Amino acid sequence: MSTYFNEMYEHGQVREPYARLEDWTRAMPAELRQMKQAEAEALFRRIGITFAVYGEGGDPDRLIPFDMFPRVFTQNEWRKLERGIKQRARALNAFLLDVYGRAEIVKAGKVPATLVYQNEAYERAVAGFTPPRGIYSHIVGIDIVRTGADEFFVLEDNCRTPSGVSYMLENREIMMRMFPDLFRENRIEPVDGYADALRRTLASVAPAKCDREPTIGILTPGHFNSAYYEHSFLADLMGVELVEGADLFVEGGFVWMRTTEGPKKLDVIYRRIDDSFLDPLCFRPDSMLGVPGLMDAYRSGGVTICSAPGAGVADDKAIYTFVPEMVRFYLGEEPILNNVPTWQCSKADDCKYVLEHLSELVVKEVHGSGGYGMLVGPKSTKDQIETFRLKIEENPDNYIAQPTLSLSTTPTFVEEGIAPRHVDLRPYCLVGEKIELVPGGLTRVALTEGSLVVNSSQGGGVKDTWVLAE
Amino acid sequence: MIFTVSHVTTYRYEVPMRSAVQSLRLFPSRFDGQRTIHWDVAVEGGVRGGSFRDGAGDKVEGWSIRGPVTEVSISVSGQVETIDNAGVLRGHREVAHPLAYLRETTATWIDDSIAALAIEAAGDVTDPLSRAHRLSRAVSEAIAYTPGRTDAQTTAAEALALGEGVCQDHAHALIAAARSLGMPARYVSGYLHARDDGESHEASHAWAELHVAGIGWIGFDAANRCCPDANYIRLGSGLDAREAAPIKGVAQGAGEEALEVTVALDAVQQ
Repeated sequence: MSTYFNEMYEHGQVREPYARLEDWTRAMPAELRQMKQAEAEALFRRIGITFAVYGEGGDPDRLIPFDMFPRVFTQNEWRKLERGIKQRARALNAFLLDVYGRAEIVKAGKVPATLVYQNEAYERAVAGFTPPRGIYSHIVGIDIVRTGADEFFVLEDNCRTPSGVSYMLENREIMMRMFPDLFRENRIEPVDGYADALRRTLASVAPAKCDREPTIGILTPGHFNSAYYEHSFLADLMGVELVEGADLFVEGGFVWMRTTEGPKKLDVIYRRIDDSFLDPLCFRPDSMLGVPGLMDAYRSGGVTICSAPGAGVADDKAIYTFVPEMVRFYLGEEPILNNVPTWQCSKADDCKYVLEHLSELVVKEVHGSGGYGMLVGPKSTKDQIETFRLKIEENPDNYIAQPTLSLSTTPTFVEEGIAPRHVDLRPYCLVGEKIELVPGGLTRVALTEGSLVVNSSQGGGVKDTWVLAE
Repeated sequence: MIFTVSHVTTYRYEVPMRSAVQSLRLFPSRFDGQRTIHWDVAVEGGVRGGSFRDGAGDKVEGWSIRGPVTEVSISVSGQVETIDNAGVLRGHREVAHPLAYLRETTATWIDDSIAALAIEAAGDVTDPLSRAHRLSRAVSEAIAYTPGRTDAQTTAAEALALGEGVCQDHAHALIAAARSLGMPARYVSGYLHARDDGESHEASHAWAELHVAGIGWIGFDAANRCCPDANYIRLGSGLDAREAAPIKGVAQGAGEEALEVTVALDAVQQ
């Protein structure tokens, strides 16, 4: 019935990377599976990894469902993905450095000036400032979908503070604990080097004024934030400070942490709060989460903020269309990973096409995230489509549309046994002195049969993601 | 003209503050119309932080004051030479793109009456420079200079509805009107030397800059119905008064704050 690419079965045959997993599932009786599933849930609950779902009310400590059936890539598949991801991360950073500097890509007519400078994420406050090593986005999360054995598309880029990496690490940890045999039978590339790699990346962009081993801190909005678990988890793994705005102050052009032994200088801040909350003197004056004077310390070279304020201008859905052009323009290479064809409703012709084909397309808000405010044409009722039509007509600039992609499926444990469910992939690329990517990422799975929306806020789950060693 | 400037701003706190942090945009711009002979900024009891020149060409310097803080006093003294450039900001180095100055802010929100004022003022004139002059004149006529009727929080739309205001309101209204026509505009803070008309004027001043295609940024002082000349000293710019403020500060603590400002601008040479 399905025309979707099934990552495990092709033409009735098991694909090579999943060969051993077939034996594993065959050997697992239903009772054992249920027991293991309950055990996994208990483990997740014990470590406290939960995800608050915005706008849905209900239990803020709800777990993201974990599916025990791993998603597997061969070494060859991964190598190509890795080259494509690193290439994209390099191009996005080159773009950011350029648009806050000489703007060659705009002058060359490759990207419209209005899309850059009238973009809400463009921060005039950092125009002309060059961050250490010229890097704006140090952690680039690139959302990728697969539609065939050799067909991958980038769905969107996340240059600000992509979340979810703690799931990548915890999913692996729990799988290893529950199924040690699996990890003996399969040669799986480890992902636990992520924390060291992140720490190296952050340390490598310490300000020039820092003449010793840099002190690193993760700036969190606090425990009420839905990703607080991840903030404290990463701080623990890296052995760095976890701080809130109130723990910090600016003096003499540097940022200081209040400690029981007196103030300690902070050199690199991995911030998990939005630009507009960073510094009430520079951005929102009502922000209580940030640090007054932080942007002055940053712009005068006393501290590094990761990712750099203003990095969001590269991951906007309207700018997305131009990323392949960035790859050609800055790197002189052809893009290894393709974009999904995208219609911009801001363009009259595109908008006309979109309005005529709403029932076939996926329509998204330009600045939206988390799967909110989107229309999946083929899965929507006539009423939903008509309501959305009005929204687009009212504010066309706010929408883009893409074809409904045939997202690949992987086997997933469901009530009735094992069934194919759609998945995507978010790898986390680290950009510092070197560009690093741990072999793996976060696989999100749409647990509802037929659903193409993998966002955890819309009932998606997660899986362990394997890259097989050669 | 050569001016000596002496500008002291004092904040007094009823209840001592735990600490205070400031970001100062209190340095004369560098462009063909003015030259700094000397310039000193000091915050009594404060620790000087980092300084840098931002993308708009403004020098910014951070300061912090350790608590308990009962008073913060920021003193500026300097000497600047100016020449009349008919308001044109020539020779000013900046990286920020003019299109970044089309963004609306609370103070420069474009309501129907501002949009209408802009359309009527522009009429069928398409030349951007003539448009800019017409907009400035229209704002001068729509808002009478009346101190005490508006405050720091008054928006452009509110001042226009009131028909009265001070230089901040004229600048906000002109900025909003220009942006409504797609013309980049920004708020400029600085000093104005009192004219010899027997009246006393506030030496701290503000006006608008409009970006005119083919020329660049040009200052328009709708409050005084003119373009900045040798009587103006330019400090810094921003999307609105809040962003362009020469002094931005945050004091940690609760309690009332009292502000006292004295500015003296004397011509030492014509």
